[in-house]
Amino acid sequence: MVPQATFTSYYGRPVVKPSPWQSDIPAYLFLGGLAAGSSLLAAGADLRNLPELRRVARIAALAGVAAGGAALIHDLGRPARFLNMLRTAKPTSPMSMGTWILTAYGPMASLAGASELAGLLPWKLPIAGRLLSLGARPAGLVAALLAPALASYTGVLLSDTATPAWHGARRELPYIFVGSAAAAAGGLAMCCAGLEQAAPARRMAVGGAVVALAMEQRMEQSLGLSAETLHSGKARTLMAANRALTAGGAVGTIALGGRNRVAARAAGAALLAGSVCARFAIFEAGQLSARDPRYTVIPQRERVDRATAVDAGRS
Amino acid sequence: MQRWSSAPDPATDTGWTDAPARKGFFTDSSICIGCKACEVACKEWNGIPEDGLEMLGMSYDNTGALGASTWRHVAFIEQPRRPTGGGGFTPLPMVAATSDQNSPASAAETGIRWLMSSDVCKHCTHAACLDVCPTGSLMRTEFGTVVVQDDICNGCGYCIPACPFGVIDRRDGPAGARNVGIAQKCTLCYDRLGEGMTPACAQACPTKSILYGDLEELRITAQHRVEELHTAGVADARLYLADPNDGIGGAGAFFLLLDEPEVYGLPPDPVVTTRDLPAMWRTAAIAGATLLAGAAAAFVRARP
Repeated sequence: MVPQATFTSYYGRPVVKPSPWQSDIPAYLFLGGLAAGSSLLAAGADLRNLPELRRVARIAALAGVAAGGAALIHDLGRPARFLNMLRTAKPTSPMSMGTWILTAYGPMASLAGASELAGLLPWKLPIAGRLLSLGARPAGLVAALLAPALASYTGVLLSDTATPAWHGARRELPYIFVGSAAAAAGGLAMCCAGLEQAAPARRMAVGGAVVALAMEQRMEQSLGLSAETLHSGKARTLMAANRALTAGGAVGTIALGGRNRVAARAAGAALLAGSVCARFAIFEAGQLSARDPRYTVIPQRERVDRATAVDAGRS
Repeated sequence: MQRWSSAPDPATDTGWTDAPARKGFFTDSSICIGCKACEVACKEWNGIPEDGLEMLGMSYDNTGALGASTWRHVAFIEQPRRPTGGGGFTPLPMVAATSDQNSPASAAETGIRWLMSSDVCKHCTHAACLDVCPTGSLMRTEFGTVVVQDDICNGCGYCIPACPFGVIDRRDGPAGARNVGIAQKCTLCYDRLGEGMTPACAQACPTKSILYGDLEELRITAQHRVEELHTAGVADARLYLADPNDGIGGAGAFFLLLDEPEVYGLPPDPVVTTRDLPAMWRTAAIAGATLLAGAAAAFVRARP
């Protein structure tokens, strides 16, 4: 449907407000997804006795959740009050639900990661080391069970706003984020683990890349007018970079990822970078869609006019 | 958690017992004279810091928009007579056409209509800001209004993109001011309501453009006012956010406008984002399950 060419606004001012978030939040989107995907890889590696993959993935999950948590706290207007997030649990708030997912997931992933780090130390920790190795598998499995929620809830978080490009993409964002998480986690494991044990990481990376790219395509169609924001300014560059890096990384993984160490690292790095670009692209597109009143006014005006026409037709 | 049914009283729905009648604003922009007493009174009563002293070139509007340190915002729109046939728009009843040389020229003669309206937080029945607040800082008061508890808010900023009207914002400064780093918006003078007083803006308004009272009564008053204007020939007059069946369940602070909402910078058809949330959670659940299944599948042929 061709949108109307002109629309009215109040001196071109925004109608809704863009989020006040800076790079902390898109960085967390990437880091949380990376952690979630890594926990799944780690659990699978643990159950299938692939210790190198397990170690790499558990440490990645620990790093991801630690850095992600730091980014979230840094983003707050009053970081000292971050614990106020735990005052309540509200299903109507994706941020509240996410806080609790992180609160459950964080210690689990950290315990599993810490046990790997303890194993890397040149000296043995008698009691702590024993406790860590006893707790590592159950903690790792719990983290893996929480990982799907961690990877997908951020899609709901962005969609549950009045930001046109985010709300409009609500049917796709959870899949894009889940695919991007799998691609990033697989990519990082490909960078750090040897070829022999990294096969599941390669499969997960390619699967994630395919899902993410496909759903990004579908998102463009779902968005209608605000799809323009994905082709404007920063978002356009980031989206193009994302597509090139993710597709290239996936192809490289299939072609050479299992045979050549250097190629595996390059493909893995490309997938990681692609995941970062995807999160930032979607973030920037959303911010633009909020700042420009056309993306709020035109679709709503069309909706009202359609409803008025229907009512007039009925009466 | 707000139920999605037609909850007649959001205060009772939240859990208040023996809540008083729901209070709200009826802002009748057909009477507004653009004096900005409401902006000043609000800032003075609430101790809100200064947030910009620039000439914006938006007619007499140098405030710009609602924000963390602007809780009443008077909009000014100078409209030239529309070029379409049929006379464009009708002049307002108070600018009567007379033969007196000293009377102000009517819109029909000068070809300009000047719209003025005092914007404010809508205190929605279904308030997105309240729904998404993760700390429970945003709450529903016993008067049915929506208020930020500024000792709890940690400035996560999620309420800001959630609001379909772009009302609430996070206060950035000035350094040393109160509540910097925290979300701030109109409280409907919760502290004054508790003492049986009228909110500062309604108290200060010299023309009673801003009416404060029981929401049910205000809606009846507004309906009569619109009918009166239509009878007087002001066909453009319409109510905005007075309908309890609209996308936000009707507002606690609703308006009489003389043109389309977007002319004033208001969304034509706002819908609270929470309406789509159950479907969003379902999508996330399936996406998460897909990830879990995909990860499992990746290990099917794995050999130690």
